[in-house]
Formats: sequence, C-alpha cells, structure tokens
Amino acid sequence: MQYGMNMREIKGSDEAKFKSGVLIRLWKYLYEHKWLVFLAIFLSVASNVLSLLGPVLSGRAIDAIEPGKGNVDFKKVFFYCALMVVFYAISSAMMYLLSATMVALSQKVIVKMRKDVFEKLVDLPVGYFDKNKTGDLISRITYDIDTVNTSLSNDLVQICASVITVFGSFFMMVAISPVMVLVFAVTIPASVAFTKFMTNKVRPLFRKRSAKLGELNGFVEEMVSGHKTIKAYGREKVMLERFDERNLQAVDAYYNAEYYGSMVGPSINFINNLSLSLVSVFGALMYLFSMLSLGDIASFLLYSRKFSGPINEFANIISELQSALAAAERVFKLIDEEPEKDDIEGAHVFENVEGNVEIKGVSFGYTPEKTIIKDLNLKAEKGRLIAIAGPTGAGKTTIINLLMRFYDPDKGIISLDGVDIKKGTRKSLRLSYAMVLQDTWLFGGTIAENIAYGKPDATMDEIISAAKAAKIHGYISRLPDGYSTVLDEDGINISQGQKQLLTIARAMLLPSKMLILDEATSNVDTRTEMKIQQAMRKLMEGKTCFVIAHRLSTIQNADIILVVKDGNIIEQGNHEELMEMNGFYSQLYYSQFENC
Amino acid sequence: MKKIASYLKPYVPRMLLGFGIKFTGTIIDLFIPWILAYMIDNIVPQKNVPLVLAWGAAMLACAFGAMITNIIANRMASKVARDSTERIRHDLFEKVLSLSEGQTDEFTIPSLVSRLTSDTYNLHNAIGMMQRLGVRAPILILGGIIVTLILEPVLAMVLILLMPLMAFVVYFFSKKGIPLYSKLQQNVDKLVRVIRENITGIRVIKALSKTEYEKERFGGVNSEVSASEKKASLTMAKTDPLMNFLLDMGLVLVVLIGAFRVNAGLTKTGEIIAFLTYFTIILTAIMTVTRLFVMYTKAVASAKRISAVLEAPDDLTVEEILSNPAFNEDEKEHISFENVSFSYLKSKNNLENISFGLKKGETLGIIGATGAGKSTILKLLMRFYDPDEGSIKIDGRDLRSIPEAELRSKFGVVFQNDTVFADTVYENIDFGRGLPKENIISAASFAQAEEFINSLEDGYDAQISAKGSNLSGGQKQRLLIARALAGKPEILLLDDSSSALDYATDARLRRSLNENFKDSTKIIVAQRISSIMHAEKIIMLDDGAIAGMGTHEELLENCEIYREIYASQMGGGIADAIRNEYAGNKRFG
Repeated sequence: MQYGMNMREIKGSDEAKFKSGVLIRLWKYLYEHKWLVFLAIFLSVASNVLSLLGPVLSGRAIDAIEPGKGNVDFKKVFFYCALMVVFYAISSAMMYLLSATMVALSQKVIVKMRKDVFEKLVDLPVGYFDKNKTGDLISRITYDIDTVNTSLSNDLVQICASVITVFGSFFMMVAISPVMVLVFAVTIPASVAFTKFMTNKVRPLFRKRSAKLGELNGFVEEMVSGHKTIKAYGREKVMLERFDERNLQAVDAYYNAEYYGSMVGPSINFINNLSLSLVSVFGALMYLFSMLSLGDIASFLLYSRKFSGPINEFANIISELQSALAAAERVFKLIDEEPEKDDIEGAHVFENVEGNVEIKGVSFGYTPEKTIIKDLNLKAEKGRLIAIAGPTGAGKTTIINLLMRFYDPDKGIISLDGVDIKKGTRKSLRLSYAMVLQDTWLFGGTIAENIAYGKPDATMDEIISAAKAAKIHGYISRLPDGYSTVLDEDGINISQGQKQLLTIARAMLLPSKMLILDEATSNVDTRTEMKIQQAMRKLMEGKTCFVIAHRLSTIQNADIILVVKDGNIIEQGNHEELMEMNGFYSQLYYSQFENC
Repeated sequence: MKKIASYLKPYVPRMLLGFGIKFTGTIIDLFIPWILAYMIDNIVPQKNVPLVLAWGAAMLACAFGAMITNIIANRMASKVARDSTERIRHDLFEKVLSLSEGQTDEFTIPSLVSRLTSDTYNLHNAIGMMQRLGVRAPILILGGIIVTLILEPVLAMVLILLMPLMAFVVYFFSKKGIPLYSKLQQNVDKLVRVIRENITGIRVIKALSKTEYEKERFGGVNSEVSASEKKASLTMAKTDPLMNFLLDMGLVLVVLIGAFRVNAGLTKTGEIIAFLTYFTIILTAIMTVTRLFVMYTKAVASAKRISAVLEAPDDLTVEEILSNPAFNEDEKEHISFENVSFSYLKSKNNLENISFGLKKGETLGIIGATGAGKSTILKLLMRFYDPDEGSIKIDGRDLRSIPEAELRSKFGVVFQNDTVFADTVYENIDFGRGLPKENIISAASFAQAEEFINSLEDGYDAQISAKGSNLSGGQKQRLLIARALAGKPEILLLDDSSSALDYATDARLRRSLNENFKDSTKIIVAQRISSIMHAEKIIMLDDGAIAGMGTHEELLENCEIYREIYASQMGGGIADAIRNEYAGNKRFG
C-alpha cells in the first residue's frame, strides 16, 4: 500500500514537471519572436481600450439627444457620431492587424516546430524507424502540430484580451463597493478549484485522444500502402473490421475527452451566475440597509458581468489548451528522442580514403538477448572484392549496418585505413561508401534528380552517361518527359528492376572509394545484368567492394568470400579454396545446378 | 458536400433534440438578467427580505438548470459528432480499399492517407463545434431582432438593412476561402509525402549523408504549407473586423436617426439606450457566427476532399458478357489471354497482343527483361486493370463478368516487394481469413518458412515490426509465399518472389510446390531460369511482346534471347564442367 502510494506520488510529480516543461518549451518558441508577441499584446490592449471608448462616446451622443423633442443638440450629436466612426474604423483596423500578427506569429512558431521535429527525425538512428509506424510519426508532424497551431493563434489573443477586461472591471468594482467584491472571494476560488480539478481529469484524456489518433493513422498508413495485397486476397472486409475497431477507439477517446471538456464551459458559467445571484441578493440587502444606492448596484452588476465574461471565455479556452498541451507533449517527446550519438570531439574526418577495412573481434545483436554476429574477423584491403554469401536471415545485411555505422558493434573494432570508425565522423565515413540496396528508394522528384541525388552538382551529361552505363537510358528516353519525368510514389510505370537500375546509376555518380552492393541486382533480369556487367566492373574498379548476392555467379571472382550461417562466419576464402573445402559453400554452389 | 450532409441526416432527430435542450438552456440562462431587473425594479422597493432571498434562490435554480441543460446538450453534440465521424471514416476506408489501382494511382497514397486522417479529423472537430456554438448565437440574433422590432421598428430597419450586406461579406469570403483551404490541404499532402519518403528511405539518405539536403527539401515544403495556411487564415481574418465595422456603423446610424426621431418627438431617449444594449448582444452573437463560419469554410474544404473519394465512380464493374459459346469442355483452358494489349498511360503499349492458354494445374513461367511487362500480366489477370484490347478468361468466363470477390478468391499471390504487416507471424500468414491452424502450419512448411519461424522466440506468435524490418529479405519472401499457399488457391501467382532466396531453398520450394499444389495453376515470374525451367510453358517477354513461348527445350532451340539468358546464368561451358564434376562427386559420395 505504502509502496503504491509512493509510486503514484512520484508519477504525479514527474507529470507535473513534464507539464510545466511543455509550457516552458512552448513559451521558448514564442519568445524567439518576442517582438511579435509584444506587438500582439499591444494591439489587443489598444483595440480593447478603443472598444471600451465606443460606449462612452455613444453615451455622450445620447446625452446630447436627452433634452428630447425639438431640443436635440445636433452639432454635438454629429460631432460624437463622427468621432465614433473614426474610433470604430481604427478599432476594426487594429483587430485585423492583431489577427494578422497572430497568424504570422503562430505560423513562425509552427514552421519552426515542424522543422525541429523533422530535423530530429532524420537524425534519429535507423533502428528508431524499424520500431515506429510511419503513420504515427506523420501524425505527430501534421495533426499534433496543427492542434498546437490552432490553440496558439486563437487562445493567446483571447487570453490577453480577457486579462485586460478582468483587471479593468475588478478595479472599477473595488471603487464602487469593496465589501461586495468579497462575494468574489467565494466564487473565484471555486472556479479556480474547479478548473484545476478539470484540468487534471481532462489532461490524460486528451493525451489518450492524441495517442489513439496516432494509432489509427499508423494503421491507415499501413493498410493504404498495402491495399494491393489486401485486394488481391479479398481481405477488405476483415481489414475494415480491424479499422472499425481502431476508428471506434479513436472517436471514443475523442468523445471521452469532450465528455468532461464539455462540462467546463457550462460549469464556469454556473459559477458566474452564482456570483451574479449573490451580488444581486447582497446588493439588494445592502440597499435595504441603506449601505448602497440603486445606481451603484446597477453599475456594479454591469462590471461584474464584464468581469465574469472573460473568465467564462477562459474556461472554454482551457479545454482547447489541454488538447494543445497533450499534442505538444507528443511532439516534444519525439524531439527528445535520443539521436545518433554525436561524433566524438575532434573526430577524424575520413578524406582521400584508401579503402582498407578491418574488422576485429566484432560481436553484435539488435537486442542484448540475441547476438547476431559473433566474433567476426575480416581484413579487406583496398581494391578487394569481399563477397558475403549464405542463406537468408543469416545476418548478411547486419554486417553492412555495422560497416556504415547504422549501428555500433557491442564488442570489437571496425577500422578504416587504420582508424577506428567510432573515432571518425559518421558523415565522412558514410560518404566514403557508395551503396546500392535491395530496397530501392526513389523520391518524388524527376528522374534526373533521383540519379544525381548523391551528387547534386552533376551535369546532365554525367547523369546521362551514368544512366547509359546502367542500361536505363533507353527506357528513360522513351518516356514522354525523358529525364524530367516526375517519379510518383508507387508510380505504375516503373518496374522494380528499373528502379534498381536507377539506383545503380545513382551510385555510379559517386566518387566514393568503397562500394556496398546489397542484392543490388536481385530484381534485374540476368540479361540486363550481363549488359551492365561492364559498367559494374568499372564501378567496382579500384574500390573496396562488399557484395551481398544470392547468385553465386556474381560473387565467384571475389577475393574473399565470407560464408555466413546463423550469425557465424563459418567459411572464409576465395572461390577455389572454398570449393576445395567441400563444405557449406560448395553445397550452396552446387544447389543452383541441382535442377539442371 | 451533399454527400457529407447525408451522413448527418440520420442524426437529425438527435440533433434537433440537442438543439431543443440547448435552446431551453439558453432561455433559462437569459432569465437570470430578467429576474435581476425584476428584483431591482419591483422587489427591492418592497423592502421584503425573505422575498429577496426567494428570488435569489430562483436565480440560483435557473443558473443550475442552465448548466445541466448545456452540459447535456454539449454531450449530445459530441455524441453526434462521434457517431457521424465514425461512419464517414468507415465508409471512406471501405471506399479507399475498393478503389481500383488506376484510381489509387490518381489520388496517390499519401493523399488518401491524409484524407482518411486529417480531413476526417477536421470534420469531426467542425461537426461538434457547430452544434455546440451554433445554437445560442442564432437564438440571440433572432431574439434580439424580434425585441428591437417591437421596441422601435424604424430603428430596427437599420439593423435589418445591414443583414444582406453582412450576408454578402460572409458569402464573398467563403467563396474565396474554400479554394484556399483546399490548396492548403494539397500542400499538406506534399508535406506528408516528404515525411514518408524520408522515413522509408532513411538508410539511403544517411548513407549518402543527405540529411542536410532533406532538411532543406522539407524546409521548402514546410514554408509552402505555411504560406498557403497564412494566405487562407489572413483572408478569413478579414471577415471578423469587417463585420464588426459594419455593425458599429449601424450603431452610429441608429444614434443619428434616433437623434432626428427624438427631435421630432417620435421616440424616447430611453428606447435608444435599450436599443443600443440589444445591438451589442446581437453584435457579439454575430461575431460568434462569423467565427463558426471560418471553421465551416475549413470543414467544407475537407469535406470536398472526402466526397471526391466517396463519390469516385465504381471502376471495373462487373459486366454481362456471355461465355464463349464455342467453349469446349475437353480442351478446357483454365486461364486464357486472347490478343491482350494494355497501356498504363494510354500511350505506348506496355503489353502488346499477348495470347496464351493454360490448363488446370499447369505451370507458366514468365521471364524477360526489366520493364518488359511481366508484372503487368499478373495485374491484368487479377483485374487490377482492364485490358485496352482483347480479353482474359478464367474457365471460359471473361474476367469482366466475374464478381470481384469470386474472382479474387481464386488467387494466392505474392507481389514484388509485397507488404508484411506489423502483426504476428501467424496473422501475417492467415491474413484475416480465419484459416484452420493446420493450413497455416502446412503452408509455412511448404513455403520453407517453418525452420526460421520455429527459430523465432515466440514462433508463430512472434511480432513482426512495421514493414517487416525485423525479418531478412528471404524470410519476408517465405512468409509471403506461405500466405499465398495457406488459402490452397486455385491459381498461384508468384511475382519474382523468391529472388532473395538462396538456390537451395528456392529449389526446395519449387519441389514442394510441384508435389503439394498439383491442381493449382501456377504462374511464376522470375529472373532465374532455374526457377521456371520445369514449367509446362515458358513465355519469353521482350518489351511488352511475346518473343518466344514453349518449354525450356523448345525455347533453347528457337529463342535467341532465351538462349542468351540461359548462357549468362549457367556460365556456359564452365557451368557444364562444374555440373559434371558435381555429378562425379555425387557418384563417389
């Protein structure tokens, strides 16, 4: 029991810390544009004061009308009416300026926030993306930040305006009757306590609302991306049922948040009405005991209405603010994710790399429980061709992950030109490699942009000659827009193999001294592969190459072939040596002719 | 828009009830100042303390009543918003899944995702808000106008004359605002797309150290979104001050005209004061309506994007096409392509005059260069697209005449780079079909996936992460093949789906298919000749046309390209030498 209490307390205080943290961080974003914030505050004060002047002027005009039939002082009436026109025009102009300032301010904040999240996102280690659903990440950058945006641009101004009116009317009320103000000593704490209670109640609900929406978005993204498969299997109905489940959870979470959220407005309104009733009853009693004039009660009431009006507004804003805070929390959590560790201070910059790679006693597992690579030793001298062969799932791609430092080994050292790669900058290390992966990746730009992705200053001639070498030029030039064709995501008019050829062309433009080919031609037909052989050879010339391939023909002439099985390098040597061993490699080798 | 309105229709009674409750609440709320006025004017002069307290209690009762009714009405509104959003989302998702491939390509996936998520969310928000705030304000406006009309019909005319002007402002800005918000959503689509691309391509981006470039690229889209949002918001921000100004000018007019009328003895000063008070109430209410209206504009933009999907015509409908009367039971062809031509972009044909026939249980191998149209044949057979010319038949029935569910139930298929879902291994194979457990396990074993599944810590219950990132390429492929086999399909389509398997596993897989799926007609697209050389029929596809068709031996004899590929894969003489050596080894070993 004692323990449970403690736990809850600790959790509570942590949450409080995080909550104030969120507010402070939001404020920091605003503070960067403090002049705009001040301008907004100034404008809202000014336009409020001006709008308070309006009634005074119309009052004066009415005073001029007061004498009645035949005695109206038209000169004065016209004068005050003209003044009113001027003041109202200025007030409206200021209102617009205020909105414009707020739009500018909130957009600046939002752009910065989106930028921060995105930049953090691409700096996260590769492993993060393996664990999180795309849709949920997108949901944070779009929907969550949008929620913050809405709240910023609306609520901030309202809060400013409210504060002014509240203080102004409070001042006036004290001037009329300090005793009557005591009524508010009852109702204000009541509304504060109520607001606090609601905030605690509603906050976790809004948090859940954001999380459930993120989940739904994650599911939608996965399903829509895989819609072809779903249709092929006619699984629409089942997937729809699963969608319904998540949809229901999302709308329910929304409703639950609103269930309490919708109480806030009417309840605060009730507290205000309560104070109004108290003021009128006490006022009436005081009048009966001749402590207050009737006129005093009337104006006190007017001001008390003005006083409670903004407080009422404020309560409405609170529920919106809550959802904004919950959303901001999700955004900040992503920003707080551990990025790839910084390069060590004074890290070595790999330049003019020779290409001598050495792996010494390296062990690694994605999770501590499961070691995938055990005590790997390998020496790849410059210009050598290292092939990695073995059955699927044996950890071949993992070796590449380690070479490029997508992950750091748990034990052992990988060095490049004698320098521990952990002691170098990631950027320079990665730039020393050119890489063609099995999972081709193209983005929604033109074909030329995609080819020149690794070398943005490439000339059109260079691009074309790379495409020619990769035997994709013919296809490209037959497209209506040629090299300017925009590749749509999931574009229909480009096959998997053609995508691979494009990524090969991309690699050909890179000046790197080392090359990684991970199943680079798995979707390319062998005839085309033959045709690009020469170009591939040229690509590999003088480079230290790491090649993963199933087609043993591709790797036969490697200098060293690593045979990987169950995370162990079980055989190592060149083709002849391995064949002589008559071990696993030779079995693999013969199996490809088994059916001939 | 009509489409979305139709979703709200079933909730009209509930909404009306909610409005009724809200209406009552507003009236009760308005009683409070009335009681106050009555108390000051009539009760206080009586100097009766218990009566003062009694009326005070009445005020409290009204306050309480207003709170309760408002809470109830708000909750009812939230419920309507929840239920209608749920239905809209349900139907939208259903529709998205039923879109044809061509339609999906047109909408693009990121746009469909954001329509399903952010647009439905906007709508949810708007439906709730409109109900909660959209009652009180109109009541106040209407009530205000009625009271002022009774009070001073001439001055009220000023107010009434202002109305069309204000209506015009609202209309004008909505006309301008809706396309701006649509544009904003389009830019949001772009934003989503860049984020998606970065998430899927993170390895390449990091490998090429392009994060800085991607940051810039995102920066570009980011400011585009911001610019269009700014434009839309600034346009809408004009309505509020403009309406305010119009009403204030009305006020000035009231004072002016009032002055003349008082001077002429037609009205009293007190009435003008009262009039001005009501004017202020009406003004506040109209401001609320304007704010709602901005929200409405935004919601309409989203609603239009949703409707565009919902109202997309049914593509690839089932047509009445008579089966071939000359269909001969004896030469029953299970699958037949007759002079099929097809083009994705309706320009250059991607497939040209393809004809072939397959008997039940036969295997067809398709081989050909990258981009030759191999996958397209499979997509046409599954009717993801209709051919431009010619016809495709299964059991003599034109595809276009077979209902979709029936058609699709015939297939087991693995696409190139097919999707693995973030779910358990078991569920990925079963794929929501509720197949018997034996089928799942035997399919895994046929697909050569059993070994690796059993090596996983939780076996069939092991969780696969998003995009199958905790599986290797070969494991993914075997899992996908198991999925295709588990349904014991009539037709099995494998599109280059064993490319990541090593030769030994691939060979075992082929053997298992031949032994266990004798009755299934199989079409296998492959790069390796060894994967298809034992097929009854092999099509050599070249640039969308059939360059050769026949058995392995026939093609070796007649088809130049096929021979070339064969030579490239088998390494010609060397391969023969190795084969002989291997044979020798076998003999001795």
